[in-house]
Amino acid sequence: MRAIYKRELRSYFNVMTGWLFIATLCVFIGIYFMAYNLFMGDPYFSTALGATLFVFMVAIPILTMRSMAEDRHNRTDQLLLTAPATVTAIVLGKYLAMLTVLAMPVGIACLCPLIIELNGTAFLKADYASILAFFLLGAVELAVGLFISALTESQVIAAVGTFGALLVLYLWEGLVDYLPTSAFGSLVGLAIVLLLICFLVNALSDNWKVTACILGAGAVALIGAYLADSSAFAGLLPSILGRFSLLAAFDSFSTDHVFDVNGLFLYVSLAALLVFLTVQVVQRRRWY
Amino acid sequence: MIEVKDLVKRYGDYYAVDHLSFTVEDGRVFGFLGPNGAGKSTTMNIMTGYLAATEGQVLIEGHDILEEPEEAKRCIGYLPELPPLYPDMTVEEYLQFCAELKGLPAQKREDLIRQAITLTHLEDMAPRLIQNLSKGYRQRVGLAQAILGFPKIIILDEPTVGLDPKQVVEIRELIRQLSKEHTVIISSHILSEIRAVCDHVLIIRKGRLVACDTPESLEEKLSAGDSVEAVLKCGPAQAEKLLCAVAGLSSHQTLDTNEGSVRLALSAPSDVREALFYACAQAGVPILELRPRTTTLEQVFLDLTDEDDAVAARAAATLSTSGRTAAGAEAGTDRTEEGSGDESHL
Repeated sequence: MRAIYKRELRSYFNVMTGWLFIATLCVFIGIYFMAYNLFMGDPYFSTALGATLFVFMVAIPILTMRSMAEDRHNRTDQLLLTAPATVTAIVLGKYLAMLTVLAMPVGIACLCPLIIELNGTAFLKADYASILAFFLLGAVELAVGLFISALTESQVIAAVGTFGALLVLYLWEGLVDYLPTSAFGSLVGLAIVLLLICFLVNALSDNWKVTACILGAGAVALIGAYLADSSAFAGLLPSILGRFSLLAAFDSFSTDHVFDVNGLFLYVSLAALLVFLTVQVVQRRRWY
Repeated sequence: MIEVKDLVKRYGDYYAVDHLSFTVEDGRVFGFLGPNGAGKSTTMNIMTGYLAATEGQVLIEGHDILEEPEEAKRCIGYLPELPPLYPDMTVEEYLQFCAELKGLPAQKREDLIRQAITLTHLEDMAPRLIQNLSKGYRQRVGLAQAILGFPKIIILDEPTVGLDPKQVVEIRELIRQLSKEHTVIISSHILSEIRAVCDHVLIIRKGRLVACDTPESLEEKLSAGDSVEAVLKCGPAQAEKLLCAVAGLSSHQTLDTNEGSVRLALSAPSDVREALFYACAQAGVPILELRPRTTTLEQVFLDLTDEDDAVAARAAATLSTSGRTAAGAEAGTDRTEEGSGDESHL
């Protein structure tokens, strides 16, 4: 894992992308820091961070697009997969290298609250908690990019796909509002979610018995709960999906100044899940 | 030692590798021979753990490549068809990375990298970026990567593609040198290469094994028995009459008639050269040329891998009826016999 981590990290700085990523984030954090904190006198650095989030949508795909796709395109994956290293170690090495690149501009951003402190009152705890949330949100988005990059051989498709996925994540709350709130609508919606999960499980396990068990159990539970108390289903779909909003968790840090443990848990588990899925995708491909 | 048992790789309905079984013993130089698309690279990719087989098993030094991948992969150095290089690294950096990836002990790494560079004659290229190297040098960097750390088994997929003749000779020399202490498996569709370095040949056709033997014995088995080719200085009619007088001749065939001479193929259960000489001497017909007809490895290969199933089946049948089995190739011969019994198999 160390070898891959070191190589990936070095290659981010051999070919521009690492520098570009760091420069973009620094410039935009700097601009919003100057505008909100230095000129408008907002004592919370988290306001500037919140405004910078949209830059992730463009910068993250640039960083992640080559992570898995390039190896497949250049056939260097043959070297990695025939070396005595596990797929998990390979994927983790790459992911950690990207996290390290992300940590650099975030590390620089850590100076900003201190600059505010020099010029007046700063809320250091709230600001550093927000920076942590900012970093973890970036980590989730990197994992999204890593996963999409593993699905394709083309870096362009990986970049565009990641951009699309991140856009959906940013619009998540708005999109959730359009979902049906009636009890029956929720039932149908949850059934679709169940089907999607079963589809994923089937693709990963290639074992239709497992899939059928999950599908059967899920369907019985859903229909049973619906028949028992259909009124509980009203508004259930939006409220369940709404919990997966990545921005809501960040907002509770940056605007409400609350240390949102649920949000951190959501970030870490989502990132872990996506890395796990990436490993599975690479493992599975050897069978086809 | 590598054992490949009943390997199958299926893509939909297409069998890229079709029930392939063979054993490579230690210290052999094993050649995979087959036309393009015969399944050479797929087999190698499965043996090195890059692809998983649909069915069957690969044991590397007793370790199953899927069950104990790390132990098995530690024994293998692999150069794929396209050398897996990172263009943004220098040769030295790349080999450093490979050494670490292969888990070579840190204090020995420098030494092993030096040796790999020396063996592949890359000394002058070490500080250069891989993207600036020519195809031949890239191939050599790939080769250096494969032999790095001197694993027990070295698998090279078409190692001499893209090299100039001098480099080809150097690489062959290197393979010969390596074969003293390592098991080497190379694939190629170039016969002279296999002939030059391999002591065992495995011929694959459409994912199936058709022959597995030493090159010499393959030639011998497929050679046309005690057949003789002769050029006589006479007309076809006279030759016809003359041949009737030769004792022990089972059949003959006119290959070619030139002005004043005729080229004949003669087959007989025993050596007829002497009888032919006396017959010709008596008739006053000079023999311009007389030589035993042998089949070259090239012909063996072309016959065995012919697109036409019937031709290939006939060649395989010839091979198995000659009935000689070389040590270590039992698995291969079994398969061949089975194939010859049922033409549709091939």
